[in-house]
Amino acid sequence: MSKVTAADLISGTNGPGVAKKDPIIVADGVTRQFGGLKAVDVDHLEIPRNAITALIGPNGAGKTTLFNLLTGFDKPNTGTWSFDGTNLAGIPSFKAARSGMVRTFQLTKSLGRLTVLENVLLGASDQKGERFWASFIPGIWREQENANREKALELLARFKLDAKKDDYAASLSGGQRKLLEMARALMSDPQLVMLDEPMAGVNPALTQSLLDHVLGLKEDGMTVLFVEHDMHMVRHISDWVVVMAEGKVVAEDVPEDIMKNQAVVDAYLGSHHDTDLGSITGQIEMEEALQAELAEERADADTEAATDKEQS
Amino acid sequence: MNTAGPAPLVRNAIQWGGALLLALLLTLGLGMATATAATDHDGKTVASIQQTEEEESPYSFQGSMRDSDREPIVGVEVTVTDESGFSGTGTTDESGEWSVGVPTPGTYTVTLNVDSLPDGITLRDPAHESREFEIATTAQQGVLFAFGDPPSAQPTTDPGESETGSETPTGDDSETETAAEQPRGQGFMAALTQRAINGLFFGLLLALGAIGITLIYGTTGVSNFAHGELLTFGGIVFYATTTLFSLPIVAAIAITLVACTVFGWLHDFALFKPLRKRRVGMVQLLIVTIGLSIALRYFFQFLIGGGTQQLSINRGAAIAIGPANISTSVLIAAGISVIVLAGVAYFLTRTRMGKATRAVSDNASLASASGINVDSVIRTVWIVAGFLTGLAGLLYTYFIGGAIRWDTGFSIMLLLFAAVTLGGLGSAFGALVGALFIGLVTEISTLWLPADIRYAVALGILILVLLFRPQGILGRKERVG
Amino acid sequence: MEILNAFFSAFVDSSSAAFALAAIGLGVHFGYGGLLNFGQAGFMAMGAYGFSIWTAVVAPTENWGWHPIASFLSAIVVGIIAASIYAFILGLPTLKLRGDYLAIVTIAAAEIVRFSVRTTELTPITGGSQGMTGASIKTDIQEINPLPSGQYGFWVFEAGAYDTWVRIIGWSLVAVAVVLVWALFRSPWGRVVKGIREDEDAVRSLGKNVFSYKMQVLVLGGVLGGLGGIMYILPRALQPDFFATPTTFYLWTALLLGGAATVFGPVIGAILFWALLNGVRSIIGVAHEYGFFFGLSSTQAAQLSFVFVGIALMVLVVFRPQGIFGNKKELSFNV
Repeated sequence: MSKVTAADLISGTNGPGVAKKDPIIVADGVTRQFGGLKAVDVDHLEIPRNAITALIGPNGAGKTTLFNLLTGFDKPNTGTWSFDGTNLAGIPSFKAARSGMVRTFQLTKSLGRLTVLENVLLGASDQKGERFWASFIPGIWREQENANREKALELLARFKLDAKKDDYAASLSGGQRKLLEMARALMSDPQLVMLDEPMAGVNPALTQSLLDHVLGLKEDGMTVLFVEHDMHMVRHISDWVVVMAEGKVVAEDVPEDIMKNQAVVDAYLGSHHDTDLGSITGQIEMEEALQAELAEERADADTEAATDKEQS
Repeated sequence: MNTAGPAPLVRNAIQWGGALLLALLLTLGLGMATATAATDHDGKTVASIQQTEEEESPYSFQGSMRDSDREPIVGVEVTVTDESGFSGTGTTDESGEWSVGVPTPGTYTVTLNVDSLPDGITLRDPAHESREFEIATTAQQGVLFAFGDPPSAQPTTDPGESETGSETPTGDDSETETAAEQPRGQGFMAALTQRAINGLFFGLLLALGAIGITLIYGTTGVSNFAHGELLTFGGIVFYATTTLFSLPIVAAIAITLVACTVFGWLHDFALFKPLRKRRVGMVQLLIVTIGLSIALRYFFQFLIGGGTQQLSINRGAAIAIGPANISTSVLIAAGISVIVLAGVAYFLTRTRMGKATRAVSDNASLASASGINVDSVIRTVWIVAGFLTGLAGLLYTYFIGGAIRWDTGFSIMLLLFAAVTLGGLGSAFGALVGALFIGLVTEISTLWLPADIRYAVALGILILVLLFRPQGILGRKERVG
Repeated sequence: MEILNAFFSAFVDSSSAAFALAAIGLGVHFGYGGLLNFGQAGFMAMGAYGFSIWTAVVAPTENWGWHPIASFLSAIVVGIIAASIYAFILGLPTLKLRGDYLAIVTIAAAEIVRFSVRTTELTPITGGSQGMTGASIKTDIQEINPLPSGQYGFWVFEAGAYDTWVRIIGWSLVAVAVVLVWALFRSPWGRVVKGIREDEDAVRSLGKNVFSYKMQVLVLGGVLGGLGGIMYILPRALQPDFFATPTTFYLWTALLLGGAATVFGPVIGAILFWALLNGVRSIIGVAHEYGFFFGLSSTQAAQLSFVFVGIALMVLVVFRPQGIFGNKKELSFNV
């Protein structure tokens, strides 16, 4: 696959908040405050269409918060943003999802006591049988359900989950849940897929296949925006990198050049890129709490991954 | 996965702890059951209270009757009845005063026997011959009968207006007023003051119980639906020690508080700690508390029966504060509450354990990671909650007039939860504010609304507050989402 | 014999049917929808009072000359509407908040309803703390009873014409409710609802209007609760204090006994609840007759059966959270 260059994506001189030739998301003046702290303070940000954009930054930089704001899962203090030309500010999350942008979560949200297949079927949009009264008459939704089922099975096959289709999602490993979540998101044929730390807690054996799947999304004509910690992953698959620190967008560039940017080095304090900037600047209790939970979750996932390995 | 290993151990612990709990209760219970039987033989069964002496019946209707020259009217009969068939009669004495005791709070019909009125004296408003009144959280309810014609200057059609002036020569005492009687003027202010003071005291008692709930919720995430039973337990032990075993009051209080503290500790040791070890889910725990509540409540009923039991304690004389009458016992109860609440505040903010408690409340896994022994914090919280709630139970029996029922705690449990939610789940100071608020609302609302829906008013306000400020009065918004 | 009698009569008794309906509603709320409703008694009260006020106070047969069937059916519809409106009002402020807020609001609202209907001010409409007599609410249903008077059934299941008629109505409603729930939760609608129980944010991210689904679930379960309330009062009288918090708690016991997220669980649970309660009560009663329990009175002995209920609930929820019929894999409580 041919690598995209900066010139293919941006118009004008590069810098934080640079305009894109064909943006799918345009955000302006988006701020979100937690107590006295501005978790997100983005002046202007455009996400290029049909490209893979990585959103990186140290812990507590506001990446996930920005994700939540853009998808309607959190409400900003100020700001407007649009998706594919339609204003999304103040739109509830489910409507944002219907407009064609589907997200996944940092802590995987697989629906444990539903089967793998049911999980994916839930991703289908406009299923008539999901209306209360219509659900009593199978005639209304049976045909659509069968079509969805076929599509779901194809997706499961693509993500190599088809053998587990009748298992409860709770029985999957951490990495498989990530895949399931992605398959579920694809059920609605979204234009934009937003992945929040797709690699977190994934068994190393599965990372490569996960990366391939992300690349595959772009080939299918979708736009991908993802949050990630690990620069190696980012360098490997992304076309464009946006760096956030302390709520602001501090730099944007192609992955090859991004780490040369002084602002990025400052943001990571020149040390290991996983350094917790949040605690160094004495930022937020809340983020700390979140990270603690996260660490637990990761540890769990790791154990699971290890068990998986042993079993296989 | 790993249930095979520790499970039998845990099961043993549950069984052993449960047996201990049961044994303790049974020892206490059998003693009480026999003691109850003993009092029965003395013919002092509480269920059949039919007399008018105040000492034995803390709930009462009372008043004084004076004619238009403010001379006491002697020998007038007043009958108090309710729908369950209770009936009590009182007669005015030389000073024109009367009082009729009733067994339980509730709605009563107070009827003046017109035939017993001296010649020439008539009720000003014939409709007042028979009226319904409510005995609520306060034990004594004043009932006024006005005689003679209203002053000619006043319109006869508006008795409410005509009674506003305290100088009207109609025998208008400044007793506790019922809501509907005098919605305006000085009488209203007096009623408001009385209600506000009562509400404040009620709120203080609620706060003692509510802080326990909020601490437990904060540290363990469990909404303890059996919390009301902790309160009842305090009341029952107090009843047993003072009335059945006739211990001196200081000993009774000491035994009650120790028993409640142990009871709180037992909750953790015998039940919740083993369940934590088993990693039982939140909803399961919630339902365990429901089961515990049912079991304990009926066990209490088993011990003391389904009726109201009177405590043989001296409730002290009434003293006037401004236009309001407050019994000294209530004042003492309030004073103790304030001191203990201050102690709790000191504990939470100044002591190492208190700070640890707040840290666990804030984030248990983080607290645990920073070296706080979460288990010992939770144990402490249960002990403190047992103590505070037991004390609340003890004072509450005192406050409502020296009486205890098997479901006393259960009946105000929702108010405790309302207080906790209003103040913001998990915040101890919030629980205090919420409790005072609920206390005031329940009492003051009776000025305008029927007294029998005053709890409903408090709960309604809770829902309204949640509508506009889901995090509660003092809660942090982030906790809601 | 006495014990068996008490135990088995619960299998046909209309109280079991009433509890089954309300427990199915609770199962829809909690088992399928993950909603923590601790005020099912409030929904039952709305149904029962809607029905009774329409029958006894509005009295279409007497005042407007309606046919008793029309009056009876319209009374049920009124009960359903009352329960729906109540569910809607409760859901509006709470369904967007964390689950325990719904728990607190439902339990508080149920008590508000009870305090309100029993206030003296409303005696002309609700009957105040006395409620309404059986005679005043049974007129229509007695009128349309197709069974000629006499005894029906056999052995412990024998009952008079009226009771049999009420039993038929009650268990028919239970059958309808079971089919309804079964159909709903195998449809895509049910799938969305179960998804919300697992993680509402995930379902939201897939473009479903989570709030609207939760509201539908709350109303559906509430209506079933309302029907349960109606069925409960039909064989006796309308008593406001039945609709208090303990009733909700007993319904939870029944639900968990059978298994929350199962179709038949609530029905079996309701039957078993009554069967065991009555059974234990009569066992204790018999034991008491033979001189057990020392000098305790028989009422005291009877109270022990409720202590047993409480302990059973605790043991059940700890050691068998999926209920007797639940699938352990599907129902471990992670809500």
